[in-house]
Amino acid sequence: MSRIAEAFKNKKAFIPFITCGDPDLETTKAAVHAMVENGADMIELGIPFSDPTAEGPVIQGANVRALSGGVTTDKVFDMVRDLRKDISIPLLFMTYANVVYSYGAEKFISLCKETGIDGLILPDVPFEEKEEFSGLCDKYDVALVSFIAPTSENRIAMIAREAKGFIYVVSSLGVTGVRSEIKTDLGSIVKLIRENTDVPCAIGFGISTPEQAAKMSSVADGVIIGSAIIRLLEKYGMEAPKYIGEYVKSIKDAI
Amino acid sequence: MSNEKGRFGIHGGQYIPETLMNAVIELEEAYNRFKEDPGFNRELTGLFNEYAGRPSRLYFAEKMTKDLGGAKIYLKREDLNHTGSHKINNVLGQALLAKKMGKTRLIAETGAGQHGVATATAAALMGMECVVFMGEEDTKRQALNVYRMRLLGAEVIPVKSGTATLKDAVSEAMREWTSRISDTHYCLGSVMGPHPFPTIVRDFQAVISREIKQQMMEKEGRLPDAVIACVGGGSNAMGSFYNFIKDESVALIGCEAAGRGIDGFETAATINTGRLGIFHGMKSYFCQDEYGQIAPVYSISAGLDYPGIGPEHAWLHDTGRAQYVPVTDDEAVEAFEYLSRTEGIIPAIESAHAVAHARKIAASMDKDKIIVITISGRGDKDCAAIARYRGEEINE
Repeated sequence: MSRIAEAFKNKKAFIPFITCGDPDLETTKAAVHAMVENGADMIELGIPFSDPTAEGPVIQGANVRALSGGVTTDKVFDMVRDLRKDISIPLLFMTYANVVYSYGAEKFISLCKETGIDGLILPDVPFEEKEEFSGLCDKYDVALVSFIAPTSENRIAMIAREAKGFIYVVSSLGVTGVRSEIKTDLGSIVKLIRENTDVPCAIGFGISTPEQAAKMSSVADGVIIGSAIIRLLEKYGMEAPKYIGEYVKSIKDAI
Repeated sequence: MSNEKGRFGIHGGQYIPETLMNAVIELEEAYNRFKEDPGFNRELTGLFNEYAGRPSRLYFAEKMTKDLGGAKIYLKREDLNHTGSHKINNVLGQALLAKKMGKTRLIAETGAGQHGVATATAAALMGMECVVFMGEEDTKRQALNVYRMRLLGAEVIPVKSGTATLKDAVSEAMREWTSRISDTHYCLGSVMGPHPFPTIVRDFQAVISREIKQQMMEKEGRLPDAVIACVGGGSNAMGSFYNFIKDESVALIGCEAAGRGIDGFETAATINTGRLGIFHGMKSYFCQDEYGQIAPVYSISAGLDYPGIGPEHAWLHDTGRAQYVPVTDDEAVEAFEYLSRTEGIIPAIESAHAVAHARKIAASMDKDKIIVITISGRGDKDCAAIARYRGEEINE
């Protein structure tokens, strides 16, 4: 069984997100350790991109801070090597197609395997364009995560049938960011997914409070939280890991 | 020229979030349904002719021809269209299509403001709501166009993220479309972005080369030897080239904004300085660093200040069918002044890039050769900026 499948076994998975290098990679490392110690089941590591078109203002800000701090793809891989010395939960990369493509897709994905990255999340690579990356991901045993959105409708079965790792269910229209309310009928989307695959579903976009996390995890197999964590980095900078740890615990306790 | 998934050679595609996939599929289906529909085409031609003032003139620039002493020069006067640029061609097509699809709201990005003004105009005409995203930097460079859009009833949203220019306006419009799809059409302004946009925009702009061909046959009884147009995303160039692609004798030349020169970082010459990448929904050439971070490009022209190029241009470059040359700020400003003095035509600073290249090559061509330059827009909007470039402050 893969590390990702293990993370969903007999429990609801909590998947926090962090942008690597915001404000520096030492803080990212400390934050990842704090997340693991407080019960994160899997972590999404964002490799910053200059023009993150699927992100709201909060994560856009993290990308800007990280890039102006001098983070590069190579430095992120070095950080992952370091983290893998004592962290065993699944680690996934979240980034944009150009970061992978420009690095050389095969070089990038083989390095994922080598450094211990379990999966790859590319929000600007839909089902129609995935072949270019999925063949290589299969070759190097890295799960290319598929998205299903509130607008996917007739596409759900097609996407679900070829999904690997877990399915990223987008809770609402729009970009990432904290929302006061999530109105999409996620129950019926997840039901349709489950008719087509055994791959677990995690819901992301807009979730920030323990109450929301509890509600979302009751319809799916896991929840993903990004912007609420980035807000702590925005506020506390290098002191953020302590607060991130507390926050992760509050979510983990709720689901 | 494109296959089902909107590929031009290896370029193009649909690199967008899943949330938008059904929207582009719906758009493609609607476009395929209406593009051959006689009623739709009759209505669009009516708008082109009665509202936008088409066909635009193909003007023999006699003084310029004599002055340069080589090839005969014709100007395709897209600057004479309603709203002052070629942008209206695409916008009328897309707005009509959106209306047929039942959409009530248009959103658009704009650089120089020409596409934003055209979209606001079409929205006013068709009774649709309109929101235009414009880089904050550009709202300052093109304050008059911001006023025009608001006057036409559009909401203009200054975009502060990134370099606060055209690429950021595109990103923000894409984000907006992701959050509101059911009643909203994203009226993309160039031959770029995810399929089917590069094809749709090209088809609506192809009226330019269709007319050039016909007008050239009437005036000269033959095809031109070269067609020259400026290229940012590439819509006026694609429109100018399209009906000549199969006519191998016609040289197709795109003029990229080299800014302060292609040897430095202050440039927007994508083909000349960029490399393959995936951004804004498409695979094409982009100005970027070694890690794929998109470069903060520069040009005096807000309309060419974009780090990418449409996928069909990338393919025309790969196959060698079209040639893409860099033109600097200095050369463009000189050409801006030259055409104003020589022909009494003030071109947009974007179009001045094409004029500049024609000035370089016309003299060395035989007198029986013919060059067509597309004057994509008029230059009134640029006067204050060019004055500033020359060290003169004027109040608009």
